[in-house]
Parts: sequence; C-alpha cells; structure tokens
Amino acid sequence: MSVVVRTIARILVPVALLFGGYVILHGHLTPGGGFQGGAVAASAVALLLVAFGTSAVKGLKSPFAVLEDLGGVAFVVLGFLGIGYTFFFNVLAGSGGLFGAPVAPGPNPGFLNTGGTLPLMNWAVGFKVIGGLGAVVVLFALFGGGDDR
Amino acid sequence: MTLWAAIQIVILVLLVAGSVLAVWLKDLLASVIALGASSLLLALEFYLLQAPDVAIAEAGVGAALTTAIFVLALRKTRRKEEE
Repeated sequence: MSVVVRTIARILVPVALLFGGYVILHGHLTPGGGFQGGAVAASAVALLLVAFGTSAVKGLKSPFAVLEDLGGVAFVVLGFLGIGYTFFFNVLAGSGGLFGAPVAPGPNPGFLNTGGTLPLMNWAVGFKVIGGLGAVVVLFALFGGGDDR
Repeated sequence: MTLWAAIQIVILVLLVAGSVLAVWLKDLLASVIALGASSLLLALEFYLLQAPDVAIAEAGVGAALTTAIFVLALRKTRRKEEE
C-alpha cells in the first residue's frame, strides 16, 4: 500500500491492540468483553496485513493457532476450578486474591479488582478470538500463493 | 420531532443508501467500501439505541474484519464485475 496507509497503520495498530486489551480487561465493568475486545485486536492484525502485505504476517500463523488453543483450554480449566461446588462456580470472587476484592454494596463506579474468575474467562475468550480471527485473516492472505495484484 | 429522532432517521436513510449502493456498484472495491460504511453506520445506530456492547462487536467484525477479508479476496480475483 501507499506511504500514507503505512504511516497511519504504524500509528493505529498499537492503538487498536491497546483498545482491544482495554475492552477485554474491563469486560466485567464496562460494555464489551472477550469477544468484542478480541475482534478489535484482530482488526489490528487485518490492518497490518492490508498495509504491509502478506510478508508482514506470514510468521504469525502458528502463534495464532497456539493462542487459540491456549484460550480454549484456559476457559475449560477455569470452569473446572469450581468443580468442588458446581461447574463454573466462581471460587475467586471475594477471596481477597487475584480479582477477589469484595464488592461494595450499592451503586459504585466499578472496581477493576473484582469479579473472580470472570475477568480471567474474558481474557481466555479474548485470546481465543484474537487467535481465531487472526488465523482466519492470515490464512486468507496466504491462500493461493503470494500473487497479489 | 426531536433532534434525537432526526439523527436516527438520517443515519437509517444513509444506511439504506449505502446498502443499495453496495449492490448496485459495478466496481467491487467501491462496493466493499460502501458495505463497510453502512456497517459503520449500523454500529453508530446501535450505539444511539444504547447497545454499546453490540456496537463494539459490529464495528470490530462488520466494519473492520469483513472489509479486510473482502479486500483480500478482491486482490486475488478481478476488481470489475462482469455483465
């Protein structure tokens, strides 16, 4: 693509990745979550591909495949964490550890360190969506060789 | 009529116009751009109807990813539609 597109892409790819991470991290507080943030982050991969061509994303195929597998496995493992009570029981909520702060009653601005396993599940879904959609875009670019017209 | 309803009517008219344009245009790259623009307008309408969750998903998948996939498909095939 042209110099204009490449310059804008250099600025916008980190911004899109950061916003995707923000949407995933705040999935239990604000609109959005794992899927939405993952789709935003995967659009950064699509922008990278459209701006810099197939060669820029050729090496990302197997990392994306591994990321998708890790996301799926992490989601199921987090579900099995609560198997002492029920499947998907929220064992981390209110425990005081990671994402385990007790939630103040009544209306509040939303505290990041709450939610128990839900933020971790958002990250698992987010990694799975980044891996899946990114792998789809990269494979689409690699299909049929590199004869770009 | 309130300003709120007027904005929504303008967005919906532009959305229908963009969708008709996407079908009608013979230059497929312009058609893909029209489809992406109408998808972005749909995301804006979702936001105005107070569904920001759906709006983020529509903007990410509908406007960005499908446009990129269509542009990639056009790079592998022909740009003009044949009669």
